[in-house]
Amino acid sequence: MNAVREYLGRNVRQYGIVAALIVIVLFFQVKTDGRLLYPNNVAALFQQNAYVMILAIGMVMVIVAGHIDLSVGSVVAFTGGLCAIMLTRWDMPWLLAVVLTLLVGALVGMWQGFWVAYVGIPAFIVTLAGMLIFRGLAIILVGTTVAGLPKPFNAISNGSLPNWFGFAGNLDVVTICVGVIAILAFALTQWRSRASLRKHELAVEPMAAFVMKIVFTAVIIGLFTYWLAQSSGGTPIVLLIVGMLVIAYSFMLNRSVFGRHIYAVGGNRHAAVLSGVNSRRVDFGIFVNMGVLAAVAAVVTTARAGAGVATAGTNYELDAIAACFIGGAAVTGGVGKVSGAMIGALIMGVLNMGLSILAVDAAWQQSIKGLVLLAAVAFDMVNKRRSSVG
Amino acid sequence: MGDNDYILEMREITKEFPGVKALSDVTLNVRRGEVHAICGENGAGKSTLMNVLSGVYPHGSYDGTIVLDGKDCEFRSIRDSEARGVVIIHQELALIPYLSIAENIFLGNEKSSAGIIDWNQALHDAADLLARVGLKDNPQVKAMDIGVGKQQLVEIAKALSKKVDLLILDEPTAALNDEDSAHLLSLIAQFRDNGITCIIISHKLNEISAIADRVTIIRDGSTIETLDLHGPEPVTEDRIIRSMVGRSMDSRFPEHTPVIGAEVLRVEHWTVHHPVDSERLVVEDANISVHAGEIVGLAGLMGAGRTELAMSVFGRSYGSRISGTVYKDGEPVRMRTVSEAIGHGVAYATEDRKRYGLNLIQTIRENISASALGKVARWGIVEAEAEIKVAEKYRAEFRIKSPTIEAVVGKLSGGNQQKVVLSKWVYSDPDVLILDEPTRGIDVGAKYEIYGIINALADLGKAVIVISSELPELIGLCDRTYAMSQGRITGEVARADATQESLMHYMTMGKGAAVR
Repeated sequence: MNAVREYLGRNVRQYGIVAALIVIVLFFQVKTDGRLLYPNNVAALFQQNAYVMILAIGMVMVIVAGHIDLSVGSVVAFTGGLCAIMLTRWDMPWLLAVVLTLLVGALVGMWQGFWVAYVGIPAFIVTLAGMLIFRGLAIILVGTTVAGLPKPFNAISNGSLPNWFGFAGNLDVVTICVGVIAILAFALTQWRSRASLRKHELAVEPMAAFVMKIVFTAVIIGLFTYWLAQSSGGTPIVLLIVGMLVIAYSFMLNRSVFGRHIYAVGGNRHAAVLSGVNSRRVDFGIFVNMGVLAAVAAVVTTARAGAGVATAGTNYELDAIAACFIGGAAVTGGVGKVSGAMIGALIMGVLNMGLSILAVDAAWQQSIKGLVLLAAVAFDMVNKRRSSVG
Repeated sequence: MGDNDYILEMREITKEFPGVKALSDVTLNVRRGEVHAICGENGAGKSTLMNVLSGVYPHGSYDGTIVLDGKDCEFRSIRDSEARGVVIIHQELALIPYLSIAENIFLGNEKSSAGIIDWNQALHDAADLLARVGLKDNPQVKAMDIGVGKQQLVEIAKALSKKVDLLILDEPTAALNDEDSAHLLSLIAQFRDNGITCIIISHKLNEISAIADRVTIIRDGSTIETLDLHGPEPVTEDRIIRSMVGRSMDSRFPEHTPVIGAEVLRVEHWTVHHPVDSERLVVEDANISVHAGEIVGLAGLMGAGRTELAMSVFGRSYGSRISGTVYKDGEPVRMRTVSEAIGHGVAYATEDRKRYGLNLIQTIRENISASALGKVARWGIVEAEAEIKVAEKYRAEFRIKSPTIEAVVGKLSGGNQQKVVLSKWVYSDPDVLILDEPTRGIDVGAKYEIYGIINALADLGKAVIVISSELPELIGLCDRTYAMSQGRITGEVARADATQESLMHYMTMGKGAAVR
């Protein structure tokens, strides 16, 4: 047990943030007399917060590289508005419209990446300009709203996986399958990476901690599966989209050369350049990627609203940035994980939902979220200082 | 001026940093109205001594006494020392580029009453001060719009504005061209005639011979001797060199018999200008070559241009207006980016591990693979097992002391960090390995291990260039050593002829700055 405690001590930040999420969930669960985790609320939690999670994936990469992107909210409005126009005025098939929207997102990313990477203007300035430029373009394009989007498009955010296999009791079987697959996949990948570490006689977490981690994750996924299986729709489609993005991007950041170069550039740009890393290409790449993910978020947001809205995405950049920092990304760059940012996004989402159920005034909600952000980063700082002394 | 009329006496000054004794029992006596030079190799303790004197290291953080004008001093900050007429001008100029000359001169010392600055008074006084240092520029010109030589003069004007009795100049001519140097030196002579005492730290022995009255030589944190340049016996530059060197040969070197093969790298007519001030020559017409299996040293004092030469060759990662040709295996090659340099089999391990060499927040594994990630990746995906094997291999081979390759590099000791840097570059499998101060800041045991690694690399047929400020290290390690001074290769010494004196002779060879 000592080994476990020591292990947890070393990974206090990683587990601290998970613990904070659990504490916040339990707090609201009690305060709302169990209403927070009503099956339909759980489904809505993902549907309402999908955009933050998608943006935070891109943002965490931008932040790890030592930059910031203030423009994503405006880019969501611009690309979302364009998507709505393609669907209604130009009568495009929805799939084509989505693909074109992602392409436009990539172009927007190239535009910003060009100024940051090749002209050398700080990202803060470039994306501040982008925030104004793309908000303006969104209003010019959309006016106020473009409504009347096709149903299959709206289903991206509001729909769920169809009930192919019927019900077991009151549980949607498709959802249960998804949950079981997720648990097995998690356990398998953990086992394989542990086996690989062992093979090279590298330190692995104590067996007890390893088993606890898997059991704990399985219980969490199981619980969510159980709730979602009871909800009116089953598994929301956006949850699947977000899930796939999280897996793909976690892999990319951990294992790809590009991902490694992002950490190298963010951790010590001089050393990375002197190691032959093309830091400009890395900078350019992360902004292109951010543009694409902003377009994904735009599709999700537009589908959820059922319309292109000129003021869509307002403050989304701040939500995404907050999620990253709550999730342990470092302001100075070099540190940050997709998983952390996702938990950060969930913390913000649960706060939103819980406070709304409690009918807390919107103004107070904002202030409370601000305090949570400050507390999370302050905890980081204190923790870091303590570990550097000890 | 009596012989024992000392304006400054520093007695038995000892200053320790964690783990290092920078100064031990240093004594320095400066006569009123003289120009007193301080000489010593890099890291001898000259700048530390001046920082003690000027209060950068406050009273209490060192042992010993400072007596100024017969009175004990306990300076707690630069302000305290300036109040007593001691002003230091650091090697790195401290002007604020966006402020005017006048604003810079009176920064922190503004001509004001009740917090309101009287700009007319300030401009008037600034013009007077500029005239005293021989500058005709308008005091309203911004500091960034004048050259380094004039900036140095503005620093001196700033010092004069503070009623200076004892002026300390740390390497004042290091960044100046011959003309500006000559002007500055004549100015110092003029101050002496006006009763200002000067302490000047310099590597340029010809300047010291020309301007100084006495010279104190410091070596390894101790005073060696003070020589009177106007004494009955003439003091030659060789005499000064003899005292500067003679650092104890306390490092041991592993036995090594070189097997020298064909020429691998040759750099011809290499000229580099400063990256910001593109008029300033940093490396001038340098020619060097290195053969397979050969360890070649590059000796030089601070500012000689060794690192600048190496980095500019390594994918032009330093400098502007670079000209010259690099030959690899006899063929001229293009190395305009770091990637191209690595592609041609050149590696450069920096002197500044923490800033340029390592990503301190990443692990040993991630740092070792950083410069050749492609070798452990397929289709852009890093193969975890291959990467782990590489890291484990070097941890064992170079004996990096850490329980695991997953340890964060920032927490390792200097010696182990240096081994990680070496691993990283050895893994990229270069033909030419440039090692810039490979043993800086690491303990004797780790040094010995690193010498062993360097020898082993040479035995594998690599061409190795070692830049070092420690002459015994170059003599013990290198088959051949180039000496640099003021951006030029001033000498080439074979192993058999290499002595500290012979190297130092070339390292201090000046351009012959014309002094009045």
